[in-house]
Amino acid sequence: MTGRVLPHPLLTVALAAIWLLLVNSFTLGQGLLGLLLGWLIPFFTQRFWPERVRIARPWWLFFFLLKVLWDILVANVTVAALILAGPRAMRPAFVSVPLDLRTDLAIGILANTISLTPGTLSAQLSPDRRSLIVHGLRVEDPELLASEIKARYERPLIQIFEPPC
Amino acid sequence: MTEIAVSVLVVVGALFTFIGSLGLARLKDFYTRLHGPTKATTLGVGALLVASVIHFSSGEDMPSLHELLVTLFLFITAPVSALMLAKAALHLRVRSAASLLSGTDDDADAGEQSG
Repeated sequence: MTGRVLPHPLLTVALAAIWLLLVNSFTLGQGLLGLLLGWLIPFFTQRFWPERVRIARPWWLFFFLLKVLWDILVANVTVAALILAGPRAMRPAFVSVPLDLRTDLAIGILANTISLTPGTLSAQLSPDRRSLIVHGLRVEDPELLASEIKARYERPLIQIFEPPC
Repeated sequence: MTEIAVSVLVVVGALFTFIGSLGLARLKDFYTRLHGPTKATTLGVGALLVASVIHFSSGEDMPSLHELLVTLFLFITAPVSALMLAKAALHLRVRSAASLLSGTDDDADAGEQSG
């Protein structure tokens, strides 16, 4: 089993990549050192990672990231315009978004995505983990905002992390 | 050519960071103010970092990419700190321009604060 020797293969690769970026040199030696660290660190911190991460569709994750980056770009301009227009242009509201995601990592990524895309900020996860309370800067229609978040960000995340079996 | 690109990116980045800070000063209540530092700055800092990548990669044989890490850590930490601030504010019942939802820590006097 790879479970004992290599508890989190994805984390290993990610740590190795981060190491290479940290030292900012892409040589074979640094790559090997990065892989060694990527193996050792998850090995000694196993208790921090109770669930094993699996990504069902890596390419979808890639496209998801591209989409989020694009949204950040577009929406930043919108929020900048809103701020310049002054407080009168705002219509702030709290919106409760019901969640279909179940795993911690996926909920975390969704919450971060909501916070990063301007105009919305995830404020609180309900104690039963069934809904996420989102603060919107300019909310015309709370229902619409919630369904937009679900369609645009939550659905791909379900496909990536929790594909229906 | 790279100098022009770097200059444009630095100016754009500074502009967006400035607008983000302006939002912090101008907006009305705590929750809307939270948006400024987490948002407008993502594009602002992003543009500055792209400028940094271009500047330090030109003329070198190896591209300088550790700016990507700054982006990564920023994208991980900024929303988390914003979430914690918002959560604490909800818990302490900080005055809000938006009406609070039931299910947050504050639902008793939500109605009279909306407006």
